[in-house]
Amino acid sequence: MTRRWWTAALPPVVVGVALLVAWELTVTLGRIAPFIVPAPSAIWRELVAQRVNVWEASLASGANALIGLVGGTVAGVLAALAASRFRPLAEVSLPFAAVLNALPIIALAPILNNMFESTSSVPRRLVAGIIVFFPVFINTLRGLREVNPLHRELLDSYGAGGWTFARKVRLPGALPHLFTGLRQASSLAVIAAVVAEYFGGLQNGLGSRITSAASFTAYPRAWAFVVGACLLGLVFYLSALLLERLAMPWKSRLIT
Amino acid sequence: MNAVSVEHVTKVFNTGRADEVTALSDVDLHVGQGEFVSLIGPSGCGKSTLLRLIADLTPPTTGTVTVAGGSAGEARRRQAYGIAFQQAGLFEWRTVARNVELPLELHGAGRAQRRSRAREMLDLVGLGDFAGHYPAQLSGGMQQRVAIARALAVSPPLLLMDEPFGALDEMTRERLQGELLGICAATRTSTVFVTHSISEAVFLSDRVVVMSPRPGRIVTAVDVALPARDEAARQSPAFFAAITAVRQALRGAADGANATTVPAAAS
Repeated sequence: MTRRWWTAALPPVVVGVALLVAWELTVTLGRIAPFIVPAPSAIWRELVAQRVNVWEASLASGANALIGLVGGTVAGVLAALAASRFRPLAEVSLPFAAVLNALPIIALAPILNNMFESTSSVPRRLVAGIIVFFPVFINTLRGLREVNPLHRELLDSYGAGGWTFARKVRLPGALPHLFTGLRQASSLAVIAAVVAEYFGGLQNGLGSRITSAASFTAYPRAWAFVVGACLLGLVFYLSALLLERLAMPWKSRLIT
Repeated sequence: MNAVSVEHVTKVFNTGRADEVTALSDVDLHVGQGEFVSLIGPSGCGKSTLLRLIADLTPPTTGTVTVAGGSAGEARRRQAYGIAFQQAGLFEWRTVARNVELPLELHGAGRAQRRSRAREMLDLVGLGDFAGHYPAQLSGGMQQRVAIARALAVSPPLLLMDEPFGALDEMTRERLQGELLGICAATRTSTVFVTHSISEAVFLSDRVVVMSPRPGRIVTAVDVALPARDEAARQSPAFFAAITAVRQALRGAADGANATTVPAAAS
């Protein structure tokens, strides 16, 4: 088991290290200006120096992303349940959901920022929530609709009605789809929470640190915060994966 | 009182449309208490439709279906029958034991009772050691046995089976046939069994009901009297005689369908 884990982890680690080395050499030997791209070693030094700031900004952005993710997921699942239960509702809501998805939601950030006070965290959380809603809604709805006809017949033969059917068959059957949506949404929530800060509002997350560092031409510092955002997104994604595994013990292999 | 009575039943799909199909035409079928009856016939002869009518999964166009003295709908609502299909149709998110428990759960049985009953049923089909497994971890034959255990879980007086062994290999099939007979004999369950296989129908049944191609009618019924239902029975003259009788009836049914008149001899 451990050996298999190692053989799986080794290639990406080797490639990652090789890329970092190549990057470092290109920047130092090629005398590339730091405002184009700083060397990884410079970014690392900044990351260590700014670790408290990166940590605190990550906590702020992470909280916003998490609240948006939970809110958007709950709304998406409830909407999917309602739409799967009442067919006309699905026909009406799907075009709306498609429009919502086509909308560059991040562009709503400045409008939302003006709607609330400048000390409010609500706009960033709203942006994250709206972005999360769509993938969760669409995937869950698909899962709720894909019912094995044999399962339908079996529950009919047990004399089980609509609500029992939804609880015993539709919902657990839709879980794999729900988690597909949640996985996509988990990274999107972090991106939304970070980028929403570019457009004003309360400035205590990773987004504002990146813009302010860049405006002071402190590029390695800006990159250090980008690395923080990247790690935060990874934490969200892996948590979603872990949750998926815990919620569906009958699926033994998920990542591979 | 008969376990199942089907009287003058006709089933038409897509009534009044261009693709109207008469699946069953004036069918009469009676299954006695504890009797094992097989329905056999070519594909599309309506044998599965007849089973689904008895199960009240689809209503008859005309005629009546009576199960255990009441309407088919009543029988369905109080779970008076257990049903198994060609696909096991297990719920992949439930363990084997919890799959077997599902009909009991919907029946309002308590947790302890469900547990012990599921245990008992799984032991009956020889899967006691797999109670905690998930369906995906089992072979096709094992999954089918779980489906049979599930159908038996509520101790139904009637068992309805739609080609339950159809997707299995010959070895597994024969073993499960033996197990099913043992279970039916032990629980005194009446059974309606749909199959394509002549030898399977003859080996399992007290009576083999032969159906004609569309529109489905009952052509004849062959009574099977084997001294015992064991491996030796598969080699006995009575077994082969019954197989020949069913085969001739099937051939006659196919010829009859090509002719203009179909003899509606029913048992």
